[in-house]
Amino acid sequence: MSDPGASEGTTRLVVGPFNRVEGDLEVRLELAQGRVEAAFVSSPLFRGFERILEGRDPRDALVIAPRICGICSVSQSHAAALALAGVQGLVPTDNGRVATNLIVATENVADHLTHFHVFFMPDFARALYAERPWFPRVEARFKAAQGSAVRKALETRTTLLHVLGLLAGRWPHTLAIQPGGVTRGADARDKVRLAATLGAVRRALEEGLFGAKLERVAELSTREELDRWRAAGPEGDFRLFLDIAADLDLGRMGRAYDRYLSYGAYPGAEMPLYARGIFTAAGPGEVDTAAIAEDHTHARMEHRSRPHHPFDGSTLPDAEDETGYSWCKAPRLNGLPFETGAVARQMVDGQPLIRDLVLREGGSVLARVVARLVETARTLIAMERWVHELTPGAPWCAQGSFPNHGRAAGLTEAARGALGHWLRVENGRIAGYQIIAPTTWNFSPRDGAGMPGPLEAALVGAPVRQGETTPVAVQHIVRSFDPCMVCTVH
Amino acid sequence: MPVPPEATPFNVLWIQSGGCGGCTMSMLCAEAPDLATTLESANIRFLWHPTLSEETGAEAVALFEQVLDGTLRLDALCVEGAMLRGPKDTGRFHILAGTGVPTIDWVRRLAAVAENVVAVGTCAAYGGVTAAGANPTDACGLQYDGRREGGALGAAFRSRSGLPVINVAGCPTHPNWVTETLMLLAAGLLGADDLDVYRRPRFYADHLVHHGCPRNEYYEYKASAEKMSDLGCMMEHLGCLGTQAHADCNTRLWNGEGSCTRGGYACINCTAPEFEEPGHAFVETPKIAGFPVGLPTDMPKAWFVALSSLAKAATPERLRLNATSDHVVRPPAVRDIKRR
Ligand code: SF4
Ligand code: SF4
Repeated sequence: MSDPGASEGTTRLVVGPFNRVEGDLEVRLELAQGRVEAAFVSSPLFRGFERILEGRDPRDALVIAPRICGICSVSQSHAAALALAGVQGLVPTDNGRVATNLIVATENVADHLTHFHVFFMPDFARALYAERPWFPRVEARFKAAQGSAVRKALETRTTLLHVLGLLAGRWPHTLAIQPGGVTRGADARDKVRLAATLGAVRRALEEGLFGAKLERVAELSTREELDRWRAAGPEGDFRLFLDIAADLDLGRMGRAYDRYLSYGAYPGAEMPLYARGIFTAAGPGEVDTAAIAEDHTHARMEHRSRPHHPFDGSTLPDAEDETGYSWCKAPRLNGLPFETGAVARQMVDGQPLIRDLVLREGGSVLARVVARLVETARTLIAMERWVHELTPGAPWCAQGSFPNHGRAAGLTEAARGALGHWLRVENGRIAGYQIIAPTTWNFSPRDGAGMPGPLEAALVGAPVRQGETTPVAVQHIVRSFDPCMVCTVH
Repeated sequence: MPVPPEATPFNVLWIQSGGCGGCTMSMLCAEAPDLATTLESANIRFLWHPTLSEETGAEAVALFEQVLDGTLRLDALCVEGAMLRGPKDTGRFHILAGTGVPTIDWVRRLAAVAENVVAVGTCAAYGGVTAAGANPTDACGLQYDGRREGGALGAAFRSRSGLPVINVAGCPTHPNWVTETLMLLAAGLLGADDLDVYRRPRFYADHLVHHGCPRNEYYEYKASAEKMSDLGCMMEHLGCLGTQAHADCNTRLWNGEGSCTRGGYACINCTAPEFEEPGHAFVETPKIAGFPVGLPTDMPKAWFVALSSLAKAATPERLRLNATSDHVVRPPAVRDIKRR
């Protein structure tokens, strides 16, 4: 739908339904001279989970909250369990912590695999790229639903999710993650079975995706090494992607604010696997969660007069409002938009390759995708280690009772970034439950100061070809975030 | 049944509304064979699926229009997620992106031309979790509003095949519940008699989660789990509804060798209408005079009370010990059966 004459020389384009992202997305673009001048990102679906949770027994959050999203349901469980543990003052057992890490990591790795193979790469197999030198290979491997790599990846993902069949009963929507640990212990036989499953996944990735050991991918540290990988192999879909990225200049496409947020992922006995913090032009820093607030100015939500900290937030839909253009609120840290996701986690953690890419050319489609693939390798290696750390016979779940009053935040990392649940309990019931999902950060609308959200900023300057109704560059940029719209607005 | 290659494909269009996408994510876990092979072998083709299709934006809308004007035959409309009627019956809590039209209206129009309509997941079937609590979006199922018939399409709705909406309930659905329903439809093997009272396919709804649960021996002796991670039966204290839940979760298994109860937590009866509002905390069993309120569907209460008192008195020490432990502390004894 293009309507010429929004203003002189500007064209409007509304893009949707935007598929192969989880859930619903509509993007309104203002175009001039073959480029995007401004973008407005809208989530046209509202379900109201925060309201659904109000008044319930706090433990019900473990049933309800994961159903926000079927793609990161385990991360939602984890955030809920952490919030409940916070209210209870409960610390999970070592076994519980390690098993939870395995459960969360399985979902995150499965998600990265699904994103790359099913959501992102099929766009390069579109007929419009038929003239590019890499096209025949991409078409054979990544044609939507049919390409050989797409099919193989779905099989690998299915195998990987056996980890959850064993440790979590099923996926999605498990109840295995509890405030004090997990409901199912593993014995020695489970450990060898888990190791075999992860071994199969390692093998599939080393054969098809990377053409190299996971360790080599995890240790990549400079832009030059990446260029050498593209020039001289090893052969695999990673290299194919680097070829495409060089040809289409994806390293300079889709830059947002280069301001990153991570709550830290996979707690260890002392340190998490991926550090917690922020990374901005000033370098690394701490996350001050007291400085997080949501702005409702352009969300179809009441309470617009001031931004709210999530302990003080509300979710009152206002369908009549005209200034709001999304059901998504605008979260800000110290009043600023932040990007979150694998690229943020690896920036904050200091993975050298990702820091090199972002510091030289800015965060981009290329940086986001490479960060996910490097993280996939790093995480899988850690998972193999965690299987060894499971200790049959030692306790799996610490027990506690539930107080009538309290408040706590549960902060974790979903595949696509920082996820927080802020819980208030009064008289034994949920009095307030506010959720800020990763895509709420990334796909937020403008705030009271008119500041666009990260995706809105990243789309500015994207090229639009003559006659394109759904500009392909816009698709690459949008999907490079691995958005999850059902989470965004919950 | 191998399908002759020239046979016309069974065309499926998949729409998502007020749900979490979990039923799709679960379906992608189909295995032995994988999803693509399973569907191909039954000659099932997705005209469009939000996760799997290339077409986006205007291309996708053009495809929906072709279905509506009859250019493309629609053998099954699959809907995942609840229908959102709010605010104030406008359906505007979910606009189908790029069209300005509420999804509930798209679904009504598409259902009118569909040979079969399949509700995938408890949200689409009965409203599900999206309709829980205050139900802020006035969510309902395609042909049910909780336990009541009605919903978005109305009680009288029949698709072109003459069938009502087929409710592949589950939160999420098992991959095979969905693929087998589509395969049966494609093969002309699913009729009105193959649906139960809530119009769930009987091939999985005629089972109980209790069947094949590895905790059955604990159940028999009422050797109960008392806290999360215990091995005992979860019916007495931890809210498990496996004896009442219609599904084959413990005989079919999930993600390799899993199920809720195998994972150590209660079955919350996610295939049932209104499972989202049990009237008490999910992980607690409400009791009167020490006995669970919800009993196995077809068991007279007096019998249950008598039997469970008897069973408790007869509980072997092994089960009593293991029931409240997170691993087997006393294995079953091995009798020397060799006769001299
Ligand atoms: S039925 Fe459950 S899994 Fe399926 S869409 Fe609804 S909430 Fe998600
Ligand atoms: S065991 Fe119960 S709650 Fe779990 S999937 Fe089966 S029916 Fe649903």
